[in-house]
Amino acid sequence: MTTMEIDRRTFIVTSASAAGGLMLGFYMPTGADAGVMGSPWTAEEGGQEVNAWLVIDPDNSVTIRVGQSEMGEGVFTGMPMLVAEELQCDWSKVRAVYADVNRHVQNFAEPYMVAAGAAKETDNLYQRMGTGGSGAVRRSRLYLMQAGASARERLKQAAADAWGVDRSAVTAENGMLSAGDKSGMFGEFAAAAAGIQLESEPAIKTPDQFTLLGTSVARLDTPVKVNGSAVYGIDAQVPDMVFAAVEVAPVPGGSLVSYDFDAVKDRPGVIAAYRLGEGGIGVLHYNLDEVANRVTGIQSGVAVIADTYYRALTALQLMPKEWDDGGHGDVTDTSIINGALEVLANPDDPSYNPAHSVGDARSAIDASSNVMEATYTTPYLDHACMEPMNCTVHVTADRADVWVGTQNPPRAIAAAAEEAGLPEEQVHVHNCFLGTGFGRRSRPDEVRQATAIGKALGRPVKVIWTREETARQAKMRPYSVYHFAAATDANGKPEAYWNRVVSHSIFNHQIPQFLRDGIDSQAVEGLDKRLPYDFANAQVDYAIRDSHLPVHWWRAVGASQNAFALEGFIDELAHAAGADPLQFRLDLLPEDSEFRRPLEVAAEGAGWTTDLRRGEGLGIGMAEAFGTIVVHVAYVTVSRRGQLRVETVDAAIDCGHVIHPKMVEMQMESNVVYGLTAALYGEIHIDKGAVVEDNFDQYLMLRINEMPEVRTHFALSGGDKWGGVGEPGLPPIAPAVANAIFAATGKRIRSLPIRNHDLI
Amino acid sequence: MALTLNVNGTSHTVDVEPETPLLWVLRDNIGLTGTKYGCGIAKCGACTVHVDGKKAFSCTMKVSAAVGTEITTIEGLSEDSSHPLQLAWIEGDVPQCGYCQSGQIMAAAALLSQRPNPSDLDIDAAMSDNICRCGTYSRIREAIHRAAEIAGG
Repeated sequence: MTTMEIDRRTFIVTSASAAGGLMLGFYMPTGADAGVMGSPWTAEEGGQEVNAWLVIDPDNSVTIRVGQSEMGEGVFTGMPMLVAEELQCDWSKVRAVYADVNRHVQNFAEPYMVAAGAAKETDNLYQRMGTGGSGAVRRSRLYLMQAGASARERLKQAAADAWGVDRSAVTAENGMLSAGDKSGMFGEFAAAAAGIQLESEPAIKTPDQFTLLGTSVARLDTPVKVNGSAVYGIDAQVPDMVFAAVEVAPVPGGSLVSYDFDAVKDRPGVIAAYRLGEGGIGVLHYNLDEVANRVTGIQSGVAVIADTYYRALTALQLMPKEWDDGGHGDVTDTSIINGALEVLANPDDPSYNPAHSVGDARSAIDASSNVMEATYTTPYLDHACMEPMNCTVHVTADRADVWVGTQNPPRAIAAAAEEAGLPEEQVHVHNCFLGTGFGRRSRPDEVRQATAIGKALGRPVKVIWTREETARQAKMRPYSVYHFAAATDANGKPEAYWNRVVSHSIFNHQIPQFLRDGIDSQAVEGLDKRLPYDFANAQVDYAIRDSHLPVHWWRAVGASQNAFALEGFIDELAHAAGADPLQFRLDLLPEDSEFRRPLEVAAEGAGWTTDLRRGEGLGIGMAEAFGTIVVHVAYVTVSRRGQLRVETVDAAIDCGHVIHPKMVEMQMESNVVYGLTAALYGEIHIDKGAVVEDNFDQYLMLRINEMPEVRTHFALSGGDKWGGVGEPGLPPIAPAVANAIFAATGKRIRSLPIRNHDLI
Repeated sequence: MALTLNVNGTSHTVDVEPETPLLWVLRDNIGLTGTKYGCGIAKCGACTVHVDGKKAFSCTMKVSAAVGTEITTIEGLSEDSSHPLQLAWIEGDVPQCGYCQSGQIMAAAALLSQRPNPSDLDIDAAMSDNICRCGTYSRIREAIHRAAEIAGG
């Protein structure tokens, strides 16, 4: 098989021939009606780049480059909509591809973007290429709309020059330019437009002027996702490629003592084995001052290479190996949580730092004879991405190519460059579709490991982690434990509130410079000054208690578990006061609280009542995260045998503005499923220092027969508010369900998952 | 050893160990990557294909057991995404990340071939083997009903 140069503009993939062998084929664009190619990095051919974000073809089709990663949230549709809203192109001829991250790291933002005030001179070309923090729309909308507007005005100027009229006389609509009796397609003027400089850049539209934004156009990525053609990282095919199966120390921080390759080297197809890493847990060092931040260290382990994946995997599994436990062999999840609970039980533990303080809550509680107390716990969780971790690389002396589905291509480039020993300019990351990310795919430990294997091997190699390996190498959602105390008046209204939180801190693990006076702001999200409720006296204390396990951002981060604890305790206070939990919350919210409207909307949608039969219950959960408020009212039934069913969820969202209502609804459903799965079943046990639940037979997932009806209600406040959508719908579901269970049964759920509780 | 498989109406001869799971033969030897690896233990449904028209988990099915059968993968469900389920999936914008959807569609196709007008309970029973981490379940259910309508004319 011949080796052909792989580059950005002419990427070669292999395709199956009728005879069953592999042959080379060029993946050619099949026309503008294919809104997204199966291989989403496929470069456009023959078109004219007007600016870095968009290419216009002679037939008027427009390719819009997407800087964010498509992992289901819809950026391959939403990001192009932002550009097209201003460009005024024909939406039916829009195609989306990934922006080139190599070009991004080599170039600064274009001058027009800087002139328009939509970028800083020091920004890289595509500005924000990491996808996380529910930030795709809210953090890129201004510059994406600017890219469209500035291109449109250049097209108009090119037409004006050709027609001898003033630019103000030219209109642009649906891909056509016209002035008087003159008209022409964008495609005719794209080349001229690309060379035009304007004296000033146009202003972008305000929301009241949107025509495309706010509509639920068909997703551009759907067609390739119903016929098997969408290329995920695990599907990348490179000529002459071989396969690697890997196993690293099952205990994070442990290491490989020995392995016996001789025992398996004669098995069919087996090529090589490599020792990996020198210990450590592959920490992501995050530094805002750098373009990208680095994963350092590769977990100690071994890779076996063969001509097919299954042969590599079989040899790896049969190969004798010895591991050490890094000194963590006596750690269990119970030992970790018990250690945290000891700190939690001792308010004078020196590891506490104040996260929030109003008045003197502690004195008020000490002096009160009417104190409610409760302790809540939440476990470690795995992301359990549908697509197991994988990465394909081809490392040569002067170039590295990486095919991977990543939430952070610049971070992937940095990891590959460092490991390959090449400058970033010589590294090309071809981002693929992501079989979900949920935060896991923002930490490129798989890229660094694969690059090390590819460099040693000197030929293209696809590294796939089994489901079990993916689970054992989880970068987990931290555990967190909470103690609440409230002193109430004669009517049960809290006069003083004291909350202590102990958790494994993500910041302490990978961004210690982000800690402020010992506080991990994500760990107390929604609990510190961001508490929705008005307490005359409030004290919130936070203590870090880490373990040897690596932790990372998991969908909705700290809010994913904090809302469960807070909203549960608020519900306890309401019931202790004999109050309606809805009215109790409304009474406790400040007059001008932004929570009021979504709370009322969700309650109305659910037909809020406390007058239900035993075995039926409504429960409220609410949280603000990533600039968006979501309130859930869950309706549950619990049978006499203790069988729980979550029947409906009324979800009210205030994210300010919506650019695609249907995709917001889809994200609300997605968050309910992800959050409900965790609430009902999610728990990673640790035994002898290692992850126990390593596949879906033990780490249980919500399935279609358990899916509640989710009813999304928009409670949009508009104005300057632009909140995120991909995560804020998650935090309220656990407390809404737990509170509904209390309403139905009188059983108070203070620890997750719910499956650990007997509901009879 | 050399085995001959009939996949999507085409004959393929592959040199693999007979105990190799069908999934990896489809993906690595034949190059049909639409069928996905999710768990390897038949607990997620991402690898669902049809063997002689019936649903099968290709991640736990030995390739030797598939010799002499007619195997259909997502790539062979239709030539041009015109199967009623594919039309309904597009109409309803069902996929999010899309990774599980090949398996979801193949499981649904097996259901429709048995029960052209499935009830919600039929769908629960037939589709509970398939995990979707994006949570597209409601839209999958609606799209199956819609596909039944399309197929029924």
